[in-house]
Amino acid sequence: MHIANGIINGPVSAIFIAIAAAGLAVCVWRAKVDLDDRLAPMAGLVAAFIFAVQMLNIQVLPGVSGHLLGGTLAVILVGPWVGALCVATVLLVQALVFADGGLTAIGLNITNMALLGTAAAYLLVALLLRILPRTTGGLGATALIASVVGVVVAAMGFVVEYALGGTTELSLGAIAATMAGTHTLIGVVEGLIAASTVVTVAKVRPDLVYALRAFRAQPIKVPA
Amino acid sequence: MKKKTFLITGLLVTLLLAGVVSNFASGSPDGLDHAAREGCTFNADDEITGGTCMAQQEQDHQLAGSPLADYGVKGIDNEFLSTGLSGVAGVLLTFAIGGGLFWLLRRREPSRKA
Repeated sequence: MHIANGIINGPVSAIFIAIAAAGLAVCVWRAKVDLDDRLAPMAGLVAAFIFAVQMLNIQVLPGVSGHLLGGTLAVILVGPWVGALCVATVLLVQALVFADGGLTAIGLNITNMALLGTAAAYLLVALLLRILPRTTGGLGATALIASVVGVVVAAMGFVVEYALGGTTELSLGAIAATMAGTHTLIGVVEGLIAASTVVTVAKVRPDLVYALRAFRAQPIKVPA
Repeated sequence: MKKKTFLITGLLVTLLLAGVVSNFASGSPDGLDHAAREGCTFNADDEITGGTCMAQQEQDHQLAGSPLADYGVKGIDNEFLSTGLSGVAGVLLTFAIGGGLFWLLRRREPSRKA
């Protein structure tokens, strides 16, 4: 879901570069509290993993594909602030080295995928981990639902940006409907992959899963 | 599993995804590109032949000529190799930049002695 140059006009693109920079500055400030010797290498791995899975486009409809944004995976494994920075790092590498996602559009892309999508996903993760069963199934369901919502919210970010500064005269309703429809399907694909990834990590090293540390600290085991 | 083993295993899986599995990715436009093409008609070479759509306004990337542009390595004609190597380069670069940034930002544990 990388916006190319020219789709959104210059002034709106510039405003979103400022918004993205401010958002990332807050993330850096808050991430410092979370980052320690344990989390830092894990966060590097999460960023690299997101780069890899963003290369893997999966067909969701005839002629339409989608790839993971990785926000849900990131917030569950390394928390909201570091997670947003992981996605932003990937977007910057893609734009600066792989010519993917316009340089002019970098603020739009960071706002949608690194900030809005991850924020929505994290709010749901924080809610669902408290109310769903404290099992790997509960964790998987959390990842799935948060992914669908996170991806659709990121897609709606684009719709808002298009409404503010789209360079073509097209029906906003039609664009919103197309974006919501395809990204719900992409969100389900993302959710299935995110769920299997976080459940795998939770089985191998549950102590490395940020969301489990934050919301399911020390589950009490009653001996039979 | 030791943490070091976990990180190395994770990195190897990641390299495999970007270096090999990436070649089996779908080439269809993604959700946003699909929306951007809606309203236009295209010929066999994927050029716009009529209509109105967002893709008409699309401008070239400023760095379209860079050595790893569009997930290929410039000068390598074998598509499988080109995509795979660019993926491996991207993973290592992201791990180095991300990991380095997070390592610098991390909270230093106060010395346990004394």
